[in-house]
Amino acid sequence: MHEKTVQQHAEALKKGEYSSVELTTHYLDRIKQHESLNAFITTTESQALEQAERADKRIQSGDATTLTGIPIAQKDIFCTKGVLTTCGSKILEGFISPYDATVITKINDQGMVMLGKTNMDEFAMGSSNETSFYGPVQNPWDTGKVPGGSSGGSASAVAARLAPVASATDTGGSIRQPAAFCGLTGIKPSYGRVSRYGMIAFASSLDQAGIITRNAEDAALMLQAMSGFDARDSTSLDLEVPDYMATLEDSIAGKTIGLPKEFFGDGVDSAVADAIQLAIRELEALGAKTVEVELPNSEVGIPCYYVLAPAEASSNLSRFDGVRYGFRAGEYDDLNDMYEQTRAEGFGEEVQRRIMIGTYVLSSGYYDAYYIKAQKLRRMISDDFTRAFQKCDLIAGPTTPGTAFPLADKNDDPVAMYLNDIFTNSVNLAGLPGISVGAGLDEAGLPIGLHLIGKYLDESTILNVAHQYQKVTDWHLKAPGGFA
Amino acid sequence: MQWETVIGLEIHVQLQTKSKIFSGASTAYGAAPNTQACEVSIALPGVLPVMNTEAARLAVKFGLAIGAEINQRSVFARKNYFYPDLPKGYQISQFEIPIVGKGEVEIEMDGKRRKIGVTRAHLEEDAGKSLHENFDKETGIDLNRAGTPLLEIVSEPDMRSAEEAVAYLRKIHSIVRYLGISDGNMQEGSFRCDANVSVRPVGQSEFGTRAELKNINSFRFVEKAIRIEVDRQIDLLEDGGEVVQETRLYDSDKNETRSMRSKEEAHDYRYFPDPDLPPMILDDAFIADVKQSLPELPHERKERFIDSFSLGVQESDQLTQDKALADFFEEVNTTSAAGPRIACNWILGELSASLNNEDLEITQSKISAPQMATLLDRIHDKTISGKLAKEVFAAMWQGEGDADSVIEKRGLKQITDSGEIEAIVDQVLADASDQVQQYKDGNQKVIGFFVGQIMKISQGKANPQQVNEILRKKLD
Amino acid sequence: MSITSDQITHIARLARLKTDPEKSEYYAAQLTRIMNLVEQMNQIDIGDTEPMSHPQDAGLRLRADAVTAEDQREDFQSIAPNAKDGLYLVPKVIE
Repeated sequence: MHEKTVQQHAEALKKGEYSSVELTTHYLDRIKQHESLNAFITTTESQALEQAERADKRIQSGDATTLTGIPIAQKDIFCTKGVLTTCGSKILEGFISPYDATVITKINDQGMVMLGKTNMDEFAMGSSNETSFYGPVQNPWDTGKVPGGSSGGSASAVAARLAPVASATDTGGSIRQPAAFCGLTGIKPSYGRVSRYGMIAFASSLDQAGIITRNAEDAALMLQAMSGFDARDSTSLDLEVPDYMATLEDSIAGKTIGLPKEFFGDGVDSAVADAIQLAIRELEALGAKTVEVELPNSEVGIPCYYVLAPAEASSNLSRFDGVRYGFRAGEYDDLNDMYEQTRAEGFGEEVQRRIMIGTYVLSSGYYDAYYIKAQKLRRMISDDFTRAFQKCDLIAGPTTPGTAFPLADKNDDPVAMYLNDIFTNSVNLAGLPGISVGAGLDEAGLPIGLHLIGKYLDESTILNVAHQYQKVTDWHLKAPGGFA
Repeated sequence: MQWETVIGLEIHVQLQTKSKIFSGASTAYGAAPNTQACEVSIALPGVLPVMNTEAARLAVKFGLAIGAEINQRSVFARKNYFYPDLPKGYQISQFEIPIVGKGEVEIEMDGKRRKIGVTRAHLEEDAGKSLHENFDKETGIDLNRAGTPLLEIVSEPDMRSAEEAVAYLRKIHSIVRYLGISDGNMQEGSFRCDANVSVRPVGQSEFGTRAELKNINSFRFVEKAIRIEVDRQIDLLEDGGEVVQETRLYDSDKNETRSMRSKEEAHDYRYFPDPDLPPMILDDAFIADVKQSLPELPHERKERFIDSFSLGVQESDQLTQDKALADFFEEVNTTSAAGPRIACNWILGELSASLNNEDLEITQSKISAPQMATLLDRIHDKTISGKLAKEVFAAMWQGEGDADSVIEKRGLKQITDSGEIEAIVDQVLADASDQVQQYKDGNQKVIGFFVGQIMKISQGKANPQQVNEILRKKLD
Repeated sequence: MSITSDQITHIARLARLKTDPEKSEYYAAQLTRIMNLVEQMNQIDIGDTEPMSHPQDAGLRLRADAVTAEDQREDFQSIAPNAKDGLYLVPKVIE
């Protein structure tokens, strides 16, 4: 049952091959069976079964959408009414959210069934899922390896077939990098496409919700359901969402794929570089043309990102002060001590590190040298993409320089960890859509991700190309050993 | 040494919107604590701000009214600091590009007009309230007010005395009330003032070190607080001390200012553009629409009073400062046939005195405008004399009823029957043959004596004009 | 460049994070490394580029002035660390 994709489940439910309750029970059992992956922070069994029952009634009464009755795992960054919402942090201890994020409402309206809340790097700050207060998540392809982050729980859950699909968010690569590390399809749409309301903010001008699935077709289907205008988010786009499914089968012959030379340099593992070259051959075989493009400022994407994201985060995380919800320290002398103890005990090391960087770059005397300079660089990086897209329809490259690394490997070196997102975070800086699809395995059998970047608002093209690629390859069909 | 005072004011005006600046929570005053604190007001994780169009309209209205530059592109920024009544840990405000730029207002001091510069006015959200009294070891936080729209109006350091500062404050108060952008209620905190005060030796061009006086909640206290702070600074300097740049709180009970220790820690607000809110762009149509809705402003109304009603400059100014008073005057004037001159005299005279006596606002007047109009009509149609009208006014103020019933009850109706008056005149002249002789000898002044006697006998009810006429006729 | 533990102490204070000398020392070393990475920005000639604070070029959308929120105090305060009589309680603030 769990080998099926979202689309396949939808057909089976429609035909009555099994009910949503049966399907849900099956996945809940698998989650229990594979608890050691630590992919979930919370499972919501009783609510899931209630939702599944309702979904079955909807299906019987003919009131169902394609997604009705299909289980989903939600990243624990989304507020879910009546359910513990932690963002992977101790500071949200006991935070039973009194409201639903817009994404959750939209998915619930489809009649999907929430299995639980997936583990993640604390406040989405991390690339290995090791900063979670709830402990690291294992990569099903090799349980000694990280699943990537910050949406590591979502990726691990989908890869291990504990859920057919999981929601995720991406501030600098947090959907695409774990999708790559776990051999999955992960799409981050254009900034503004999916509402941020109820998605706990890390860096507001970079955060964007998306989805991790097993293939591009499911990604298109899910993105369709999640996207659209939301009056409660001032950065939500009041534009009609294209029909992503309608263009999946379009031929990609004649499409021009830009290959930035900066993405194919020395820093990339040879296995990854080889796999990406092969993938590009496949796309050429489908009739796509390739052209070299330049993203000359991409090398400073990481420095720029590590000014802007922490700056916004330092402010976004000020609301966690132990006053109105969440954790409050047990002992303190006075108000300031209460704040300081609560935040020092409630936030993990990486989060505190980033709050300090952000506070520093915004503080008096450093604002111009760091924050303003980074914003100017952001514009230059964005302009680079605009220029590149004059020559091509989409850009391709590796999602990450290497494959999944061992747990605890980069814990002592934040800088080495940050470099993991070298190809992904400039896409967030520019607000562009990006997708990662499985494009091979390295010599250790670990997945490699192909990264496709689209023009602003053009998710359709990258979904179309990803789908056409998956029609002629089978990387997306491979399951990690023991989880098939 | 001679000292010069330099004052700049920061006025926080709560804008009169139904809902908060960035959420759909109500802004109504006086609700039970935290019942108007929605998920945005209490800053739940994941919530986002959405700007209220009315707050922008009201800010633009103010800007246009003082002839200020309107920034059609303004930017919301975050001002970061921790305080329990600030739930997000930052206040959404405007920093580099405020909605209203440079403007000015005119004040009048001892008949002299002066322009006071307005540096800027920016939109921001109000904080919640900290309640220190309810609990022993704790402070209670009520977030109903958190997110109420504020317009912070920042002046240039253009004022040179406490009186000027109050005149400017009153002017701004008058403008916001006229525009209807705020209820201006100082007790409820919808109109608040911080004053930056410094002194310098006369003739020195650089400013002295300033102290910021926080949240002074009445016009009277603003004047007192500034005076006492100026005295403190001068004493300090003359004793060879130095003024420290700090925030000070005015204690109205002790009439002193004192340093606010909790705010002493150096602030670093780390302003940066709020990534949740793109720049606010107001197009020409928006501005034009607001312009069209502008009501008559105090200075315009004042000019009209001078031109149309032939009132003096100063009395027009007095009448128009408070919109409610000007409205009262206009209502009396249109209802009564007595004319603007007499209406003005009575409103600035008896009525204002009575209000002042009891510390009442015009809106709390015990005599309504229609009642006042009837009283003036009775003077005008000679039912009562101006002198007796004061008695009638006092009775009305005490709640004895309207003008007609007081006149009736007290029998104050003027005697206008010439036969009756003639009889009194004859009696007075007969009893005062000495004075009649003096008159005949050319002493015109005794006429006053006769009038006095006649009024005494008639209990003031004889029509003075008729009395005069009959007297002259009899004597000449 | 290098960040001192005194700077960390100051930053941590602004950010309301409890520190001690050992912790400040530790974070000083880490932030120094991160800021050295950040310093790579200086390799680029930035010129007079306009700063970019939003990935979109759109203006702010304004909402109609209407009260849409209901009283949810009871729900909200059921998850508060310390609330009484409808108020959130914090250690006494002295002004």
